[in-house]
Amino acid sequence: MPRELLKGNEAIAEAGVRAGVQAYFGYPITPQTELLEYMSWRMPQLGRTFLQAESEVAAINMVYGAACTGARVMSSSSSPGVSLMMEGISYIAGTEVPVVLIDVMRGGPGLGNIAPSQGDYNQIVHGGGHGDYHPIVLAPASVQEAIDLTVLAFDLADKYRTVVVVLADGNIGQMMEPAELPPMQDIRTEYPDWAVRGAQGRERRLLSSIYIDPNVEEVLNYRIMQRWNEIQKNEIRYKEYYLEDAEYAVIGFGTAGRVALSAVRAARAEGIRVGLFRPISLSPYPYARIEALANQVKVMLVTEMNAGQMLEDVQKATNGRIPIEFYGRMGGVMPFPDEILAEIQRIAHSLVPFDENPRQSWMKRHAELLGTLQGKQ
Amino acid sequence: MQIEVVIAGFGGQGVLFAGQVLAYAAMDNNMEVTWIPSYGPEMRGGTANCTVILGDEAIGSPLVRNPKAAIVLNLPSLEKYESLVVPGGALVANASLINRSPQRTDINSVFIPANEIAESLGDRRLTNMVALGALLTLLPVLPLQAIEQALRDHLPERHRRLLPVNYEALKQGAIFAERESIEISG
Repeated sequence: MPRELLKGNEAIAEAGVRAGVQAYFGYPITPQTELLEYMSWRMPQLGRTFLQAESEVAAINMVYGAACTGARVMSSSSSPGVSLMMEGISYIAGTEVPVVLIDVMRGGPGLGNIAPSQGDYNQIVHGGGHGDYHPIVLAPASVQEAIDLTVLAFDLADKYRTVVVVLADGNIGQMMEPAELPPMQDIRTEYPDWAVRGAQGRERRLLSSIYIDPNVEEVLNYRIMQRWNEIQKNEIRYKEYYLEDAEYAVIGFGTAGRVALSAVRAARAEGIRVGLFRPISLSPYPYARIEALANQVKVMLVTEMNAGQMLEDVQKATNGRIPIEFYGRMGGVMPFPDEILAEIQRIAHSLVPFDENPRQSWMKRHAELLGTLQGKQ
Repeated sequence: MQIEVVIAGFGGQGVLFAGQVLAYAAMDNNMEVTWIPSYGPEMRGGTANCTVILGDEAIGSPLVRNPKAAIVLNLPSLEKYESLVVPGGALVANASLINRSPQRTDINSVFIPANEIAESLGDRRLTNMVALGALLTLLPVLPLQAIEQALRDHLPERHRRLLPVNYEALKQGAIFAERESIEISG
C-alpha cells in the first residue's frame, strides 16, 4: 500500500473498516467527530451498520448488544463522552464480550475544552467502571501507530474477550501524517461459540453480566483475572529511543512521548546522554522494563499532558530506587519541546538532590510558569 | 534536518489548504512530514493557522514554539508570529492586509501584496498559493515543481481546471520574492 497523507481520526476509522468492523455506534464530540463522520459515509457504502445514537450512554449499550452477536463492533468518543460510557464498559467486561473503543482525549475535568490532553489515563487505565476488570489500553503517538493499534485492538479484543481502548488525544486525531493503511480484511462469516445469533436447532446461550449468586460471580471474576494474567504476560508493548548508553530516561506516552522525542534529540545534540521510553500498552503497563531501566539510568523524567497520572505507575515500577522527576501540562495545554529540554538540562546539570515528591516539586516550579503566563495576558 | 512552517491568517484565506499542499509535496518527495491545524470553536473570518514540519527523520513534536518560517496573511498573524520566527528564518507577510513594515532584521522577509497579485490572476482565492510561492523562494526546501506536482496529484477532479492558474500564482509569488525580499541585515 502506498503512503497517504491521512488525518488521525479518519485513519483510525478506515483502519477499523479494514479490520472488518461490522457495526459502529457513536455520538459526535470534538475532537473525534471526524471519526464518526467518516464512518457515517463509509459504513453504509460497504453495506455495514453505522448508527448515530442519541447519547454516549445509548451508543455504548448498542455496542454491547451488537458485541453479543460475535460481530466486530466499535465506538469512539472523547473524554466527557467516554465518562458517560463507563457503566456500559463495566457491563461489557462483566459479560466478557470483545469491544473496541477509541478515546480521543481532550482537556478536562468537566466539559473542559477541545484541546489535546491525557487526562483520561486514570479513568481508562485504572478505573472508570465498577468491578474487577482491566481493559487493554493502547496509546498511539502517530497516525501510523493509530492505524496499526486499531487493527491490533480488534484482534486482542477477540482473543481475550475484552474491552480494548485505543487512547489517543486531540493532537493525534487532528494531525495529518503520511501513513500506510492495511489491506482490507474480509467480514467474518464464522462466529465464536458464545455468540447469540438465534438458537434454532441448538441449545440456547445466555450472555449477561448478572450473576445473582455471589459464588458464581466470584468464579466469573476469577476467570477475568486469569485472562488478565495472560494479557500481562503476552501483551506488553513499548518503544525505546537512544536508551542504549543513556544516563537519563524520559518516559512519556502518546503525544507527550513524541514531544519528548524532540527534546531528547536536542539534549543529545548538547551531549546529554538521555533516551526516551515510550509505553505503547498502558494496560498492561511495562513495569518490568521500567524497573530494569532503573538499574541503568540515574534519574527518570516522566512527562505527561496531565498532573502526573502515569507518574504513579513509574514510581511503582522503580520503587524509590532512583529519583523520578515530573513535568506536566494540564487542561488541554500541549508542551513545546523546549520545555521538556529545559527539564532534561535541569536534571542533567543539577547539583542538589532531587525532591522525594516529584509532583510537589513540579507544582512549585509550575506556579512560577503559570505566574509568568498570567503576567503576559 | 527539520523545517517548521507556520501558515496563519483568517479562516477562508486557504491557510490550512496551503499547508496541506506543502505536506503532500513533502510526502511525495519522501520526506517525513506532519500537518496540524489550530482547531477550536472557530468560524469563517476567525483566525486559523496550521503548522507543517518537514524533516528527514520521524517528526517528534508536531508543534514548535519558534518555527523556521511563517506565512502570515493578516495583521493579527504578523503580530503573533513575527517575533517567534527563529533568527535566520523566513517570513512572508501579506502586504495587502498589513500596513506596516517588518520589525525583524535577523530574518529574511518579504512583504507581498498577495491579494492584489491573486486578483490580477482572476481569483482572490489564489492568495495562499502566491504566498507559498514566495516562501519557497526564501526557503527553498522544495522546488515549485514539487508543489505543482502535489496539486496535480491530490486536487480533487472537480478542481483540476484551476491547476494552470494555481501554477501561475505560485510563480508570481516566487518572482515577487526574488525581486523584493529583504535579506538579513547586519
